[in-house]
Amino acid sequence: MKPPMKQFLQFAKKEFIHILRDPRTLAILVGMPMVQILIFGFALTNEVKNARFVYVDHARDPLSHRLIQRLEASRYFESAGPVDGPEGIDRAFRRGQCRIALVVPPGFETASGRADGATLQLIADASDPNTANTLVNYAEAVVADLSRELAGPAQTPYTIRSETRMRYNPQLKGAYNFVPGVMAMVLLLVCTMMTALTVVREKETGTMEVMLVSPMRPLRIILAKAVPYLLVSFFNIATILLLSVFVLDVPIRGQVALLFAESVLFTGVALSLGLLISTATASQLTAMFISLIGMFLPTIMLSGFMFPIENMPLPLRVLSNFVPARWYFVIVRSVMIKGTGFATVWKETLVLAGMFVFFTTLAVRKFKLRLE
Amino acid sequence: MRRLLVIIRKEFGQIRRNPAIIRLVVVMPVIQLLVLPNAADYEVKNILVHVTDRDRSTLSRRLVENIRASGYFILSGYGSDRREAVVAMEQDRADIMLDIPRHFEKDLLREGRSTLFVEVNAINGVKAGLGGAYLTSLLRGFNDGIRAEWTGDGDSRAGPLRTTHTFRFNPRMAYSLFMVPGILVLLLTMVGMNLTAINIVREKELGTIEQVNVSPIRKHEFILGKLIPQFIMGFVVMTIGFGIARLVYGIVPLGSYLTIYAFAAVYMLAFLGIGMLVSNFSGTMQQAMLVSFFLMMVFILMSGLYTNIDSMPAWARWVARANPVTWFIEVMRRVVLKGAGMADIAMELAVISAYALLTNALAILTYHKRS
Repeated sequence: MKPPMKQFLQFAKKEFIHILRDPRTLAILVGMPMVQILIFGFALTNEVKNARFVYVDHARDPLSHRLIQRLEASRYFESAGPVDGPEGIDRAFRRGQCRIALVVPPGFETASGRADGATLQLIADASDPNTANTLVNYAEAVVADLSRELAGPAQTPYTIRSETRMRYNPQLKGAYNFVPGVMAMVLLLVCTMMTALTVVREKETGTMEVMLVSPMRPLRIILAKAVPYLLVSFFNIATILLLSVFVLDVPIRGQVALLFAESVLFTGVALSLGLLISTATASQLTAMFISLIGMFLPTIMLSGFMFPIENMPLPLRVLSNFVPARWYFVIVRSVMIKGTGFATVWKETLVLAGMFVFFTTLAVRKFKLRLE
Repeated sequence: MRRLLVIIRKEFGQIRRNPAIIRLVVVMPVIQLLVLPNAADYEVKNILVHVTDRDRSTLSRRLVENIRASGYFILSGYGSDRREAVVAMEQDRADIMLDIPRHFEKDLLREGRSTLFVEVNAINGVKAGLGGAYLTSLLRGFNDGIRAEWTGDGDSRAGPLRTTHTFRFNPRMAYSLFMVPGILVLLLTMVGMNLTAINIVREKELGTIEQVNVSPIRKHEFILGKLIPQFIMGFVVMTIGFGIARLVYGIVPLGSYLTIYAFAAVYMLAFLGIGMLVSNFSGTMQQAMLVSFFLMMVFILMSGLYTNIDSMPAWARWVARANPVTWFIEVMRRVVLKGAGMADIAMELAVISAYALLTNALAILTYHKRS
């Protein structure tokens, strides 16, 4: 074996020992992604259901009872009981006891027999606009169903029916959207933060001096730092994918090899970013907060898995292009959920590869400067 | 008491000398409050519709024109081959495919009925649900219009019941009104927990804790001396946050600031306790950071800040209920948007007080002067 290679392996081994001697950190590194993918895969959902409603029933006739029972029976609503008048509705909203309120007018059943019909009032808590919109939609559908029943089976002429199919995710499972997102988040977190901290730590504890006077070239020192975390990430990618498939029932519809290769590429970007942060900072505290503010939050906010990028104002849309997770998220969603091949994701792959080269070059440059 | 003041003064000295912390406490909330609410716009609009029109009749063109004019949809493609639509959806150039079959108009005229096929990209549940619902209601409206026109009957409504609806507390349906109070809680939490968690471990790692341990400083004095400065910083962050909320987003709480600050004080205590616990159980800053990161992630994502708690599975709703962040976000939104008072949040205040007692008791019990 050529001496430089041997040196490199020695350094990589040293980094390994660092990690292995700290079993608590290792346990966190390996266990955390698993726990996260399970918690978030099962718990995060954008669906709206089990929404509590209160009602003011001025009529108290058979029809109003029937309507309220219909609402209770729907999987979207849960009754929080009757309240008396507008003050009751107000109080329920202020105490967070309901998201929507229904007011049944006096003489409901009688009115429904008349030509101009009976009008129900829905009051939605719009502090969360989407939920409010969705709930009003659902409630109106329940009322419309009942209304059609009351009208009887008389055929309406010229009816356009529409059949709706949910493509890719017929059961509307939250996991289909969140698993790719959590994968991006977890890999970024482990790789960027850990590598960022590892170099700075040597600086802070003073052992960096020793490294710098060694005959190792800076590029090799940096690469040796990254190797153990790369391996830990391989392990994490594998466990995340296994858990997604076997526990969360999220299918891998495309090629597993492609998915894995893309994940490795993304891990590389995250590692190089971590190294860049660590060469540019002097204390663990700063490194950590830069990774927190520079990585974690943009990843949640700007990668498109929580909030639609197309809704953002232009500066943020531009900014989102610089978030690696955004591209990785698109890739995972396409390959894993939609089952498309490399032909649809080559652009995103190219962007990630470009980022990798850019960050690595920059990290090595910065590192050299420190050496002099 | 004198000793306590000395420790507090030492802590403030450290904070003052560390520009990174000051930057964090002042700059972070400003940036986050300016950026995040703009990013977190979940309004469903600009839905991309790809129409496969195999009918090419007057009626189908009129339907397409209706979709284009509705304001909710963007006609991202129009063709007569379904495969084009599928490719568009695979490449994220279409959210919804609408398939107008051959003889759509003829069937409707002759047989009185015809069917349209709608296919929604359902990976993102909200967009799929709302987008699909909007399109269905557009189709229903279109149908009503056509029917009224062809039968010459003005009243095309189905059945005797109708509804009106009002949107309370946020009539403009602005997402910032929903997000800003939640993000304020997030900021307070991050400062409270992360800084505290790292603070004590840092002394451990740098070895300065030995000096504190051999000094006559008592355990509770040391802990209080660490906590009080963080407590004050939390309030500074929150006040800056409310300033920005008012200046930039025009958000003024409907309820009183006093209610919010009172709740925040107890909440801060709870989180300082959690931060202390983390630092007690960590040997290095790296560990402390990882653990607090992990906790933050769970706390944030399980708090109802971004996603709806009601729709989670039952066990996850219990996790959310055990999460102190959930309680404060709830309270914050209720006080700011709905004007809730002390009486309305009494239960939440009791829960969070219990939390504060528990975490701080545990933190004090598990802190040992001897290593």
